[in-house]
Amino acid sequence: MIRINIIFLLFLFSMQSYANIIVSSNSDIKTIKQAVEIAKDGETILIKEGLYEESDIVIEKSLKIIGEDEAVIKAKDGNKVFIINSDNVLIKNLTIKDMKTSYIEDISAIKINNSNSVIIENNTLINTFFGIYAANCTNLIIRDNNIISNAVEQSSSANGIHLWKCKNILVENNHVEKHRDGIYFEFVKNSLIKNNYSKLNLRYGLHFMFSDNNRYYKNRFEDNGAGVAVMYSNNIEMIENDFVENWGTNAYGLLLKEIKDSKINNNLFKTNTIGIFGESVIRCQFEHNDFMNNGWALKFISSSEQNNFLYNNFIGNTFDLATNKNSISYNVFKNNYWSSYNGYDLNKDGIGDKPHKPVDLFSTVISDSPVAIILLRSMFVDMMNFAEKIVPVITPAGLEDLEPMMKEIKHD
Amino acid sequence: MIKFENISKSFGKLTVFDKLNLEIGESGIVSILGPNASGKTTLIKMLLGMVIPNNGNIIYQNKSILKDWNYRKDISYLPQIAHFPENLRVKELISLVKNIRQQDSDEKELIDIFKLGNSLDKKLGHLSGGTVQKVNLTLCLMFDSPVIVLDEPSNGLDPIALVNLKELISREKEKGKLILLTTHIMSLVEELSERMVFLLEGNVVFDGSNEKLKTMYQATNIEKALANLLENGNVENIKI
Amino acid sequence: MWKILKYSFIDLFRSKWILSYLFFFFIVSEGLIYFNGNLSKSVASLMNIILFLCSLIGIMFGTIYYYNSKEFIQLILAQPLKRSSIFIGHYLGMNLSLVSAFVIGTGLPFLLNGVIFSDFADSFVLLLLIGVFLTSIFSAISYYISLKSENRIAGFGLSIFIWLFFAVIYDGLLMVALLYFEDYPLDKFSLIAIMFNPIDISRILILLKLDISAMMGYSGAVFSKFFGTYLGMSISMLMLMLWSLVPIIFINKSAKSKDF
Repeated sequence: MIRINIIFLLFLFSMQSYANIIVSSNSDIKTIKQAVEIAKDGETILIKEGLYEESDIVIEKSLKIIGEDEAVIKAKDGNKVFIINSDNVLIKNLTIKDMKTSYIEDISAIKINNSNSVIIENNTLINTFFGIYAANCTNLIIRDNNIISNAVEQSSSANGIHLWKCKNILVENNHVEKHRDGIYFEFVKNSLIKNNYSKLNLRYGLHFMFSDNNRYYKNRFEDNGAGVAVMYSNNIEMIENDFVENWGTNAYGLLLKEIKDSKINNNLFKTNTIGIFGESVIRCQFEHNDFMNNGWALKFISSSEQNNFLYNNFIGNTFDLATNKNSISYNVFKNNYWSSYNGYDLNKDGIGDKPHKPVDLFSTVISDSPVAIILLRSMFVDMMNFAEKIVPVITPAGLEDLEPMMKEIKHD
Repeated sequence: MIKFENISKSFGKLTVFDKLNLEIGESGIVSILGPNASGKTTLIKMLLGMVIPNNGNIIYQNKSILKDWNYRKDISYLPQIAHFPENLRVKELISLVKNIRQQDSDEKELIDIFKLGNSLDKKLGHLSGGTVQKVNLTLCLMFDSPVIVLDEPSNGLDPIALVNLKELISREKEKGKLILLTTHIMSLVEELSERMVFLLEGNVVFDGSNEKLKTMYQATNIEKALANLLENGNVENIKI
Repeated sequence: MWKILKYSFIDLFRSKWILSYLFFFFIVSEGLIYFNGNLSKSVASLMNIILFLCSLIGIMFGTIYYYNSKEFIQLILAQPLKRSSIFIGHYLGMNLSLVSAFVIGTGLPFLLNGVIFSDFADSFVLLLLIGVFLTSIFSAISYYISLKSENRIAGFGLSIFIWLFFAVIYDGLLMVALLYFEDYPLDKFSLIAIMFNPIDISRILILLKLDISAMMGYSGAVFSKFFGTYLGMSISMLMLMLWSLVPIIFINKSAKSKDF
């Protein structure tokens, strides 16, 4: 489907010079609204350079609306700008800005309702409340957009790209910044999120709810309020993403809640307060990820079962793994590299001769009494951990990597 | 020139001096004598500001020395036990002291007299006790100070060095200096000293010349006189 | 003061003690780089080592050096010098040689391995700074203890105890307190408590560098302000300076009234 869309786009691109209607302050047609009204089904509207103050442009037919460079639409009275209610629409090269904050209405720069094959491409959305809002759509392409807002608090801000009950969506190469959630998926299926850069959003860089069978890869999520949240979803593939610098109380690179049968492979989790926070994660695969300099690389609570953690690198994390008692069972940790491992390899097969226990006593103390983190790296704590390692009393017994790697794993 | 006025000093429960008064003149050799723990070294150290009296005043050249340090440029001091920084060489130690005092000095002659020439480049930790004492003497006598304080100068010296030492002391005396001396070698006292101050439990029990001591205790030499003094139970009687 | 400082510095820098201290840190630091194969890990391990080694060696050396130089001090005391300049110069000379041995011993391997041009240059500078502070503080504390205590064995014992107290016991007591009063807001208390222990202050500086992601996980306005801004770094540095100064004031005070 995506492939077809791309061909469709190329077709549109070649049509650009054959604009049917030109909007410009010098021509007869001075507003986009007017152009949309007179345009026939399938026609192309070219918007010349200039500032257009408009809102509530309702599109009920198949149209291509293309802006020249510096074609800027300022939302009139801060109201929503484009409302697309038809199939086969292209919106390209436009700058849309200055929407108002609303607590009642989902005001957005581009709203798409019940449509098929809509392309939103190469637009710049500045200080829009919702950037792109799609409901009940199929085969959307949202690509190369720059969506930047100035959210200060969660209750008075909205999402950059917001999808509700959609199918077969491609979200690619977008830059989403300073919204509530960067990209929001609810009841979205069979979609792909690729190469996006989502940062400085107040809540999540990416937020998944009840959205099965999706894939996202090669995205970068940086310095978001709480990182990326994937909740109540099955069969999600999360590959080659970067989760970096998500700092703060209850902040994490990736939150997994009620997730089943998913793959989390080849991702980078770097300098997050928590790399992955898991709650009821079942039958998931965590392979070839790098966890570097996080406060906690992994923190799992509630029952998380039958997950496999293989070939991951745990380097320079303050704690590699934290869990409340017995909440993490029937999970396999094998062939990971742990920089905190202090075993030896006498037979030189690259695998440490004694198992590695990633949970130490102090991390258990911290989960009971968080303020004790002030004693981190104290000699007293080292002695305590050492004693516990020799005679384990509190730390979970079965939780260990039986075959820890001696050297950092090079992923393909 | 030097006046101890009503000096009291105790170390914890041990009282060493209780209202001691003593005056010492401009020049000559004064021996401070007394049995062990009679307060000789404490008295000297108070003069040098190393021990601080609990009460009383010490006057040098009409000025109190108690909060002062500059007066010490007038005093050359030979400590009883000299341990020097082990890693310093002899000549470095000499230049250290010269550097600190910033006064003219004549160490060359002393180095000759005590035959220290070969030891100058040695580290102090490698020297014998006698050689260390010679270095100690050199450090003390190389300055031309009006007051010289010698605490057991004969410690560890061989007979030749002892003879040299006596000569040196006489020579300094002839320059009109004041020399304070404590020693156990009575011959040294007898030969050199003009005035003796005998301390017993922090009190001056005798203060006067050799002859006076000998006549007072009907003895032919000082050693005997002192023995008689000590045997005499009623010390109060002879207190001057 | 400068004369005494210069001489005790030269004296010490020639001694086997200081040279072996220098060599020891050279071996530790070179060894960590060699075996870890990665500078970030070496810096982290070295930071942990420095916390207890610099303080321990500082405290031992302060005592040993003071008792060994007692006679030298007596010689100097009879010279026309002010007492405070004698003792402060003497302490500073010792401290300067310890600090130089540490800085050269630790720094050389890192320079040879090109840390100055890596991302860890600032961690490395912090590491040296902490070592310098801990050495100065603990050698001053033990110098003061020795000045106060005529009995060498008692002085040495007390110094080692003080070290053990700051290095281990203090944190143990603090942890007990934190666990016992779990239900109360303790972040302010714990930060204040940390400031009374120079090893803990240095540890906090290390946490600020290495574990900031974990520290930000604690929910408390005081903590986030302390760890999230330059406030923590500035307060800690200021407190370390204060800690370095106070024992010197005590040394000076005690030296003025002491008998030799």
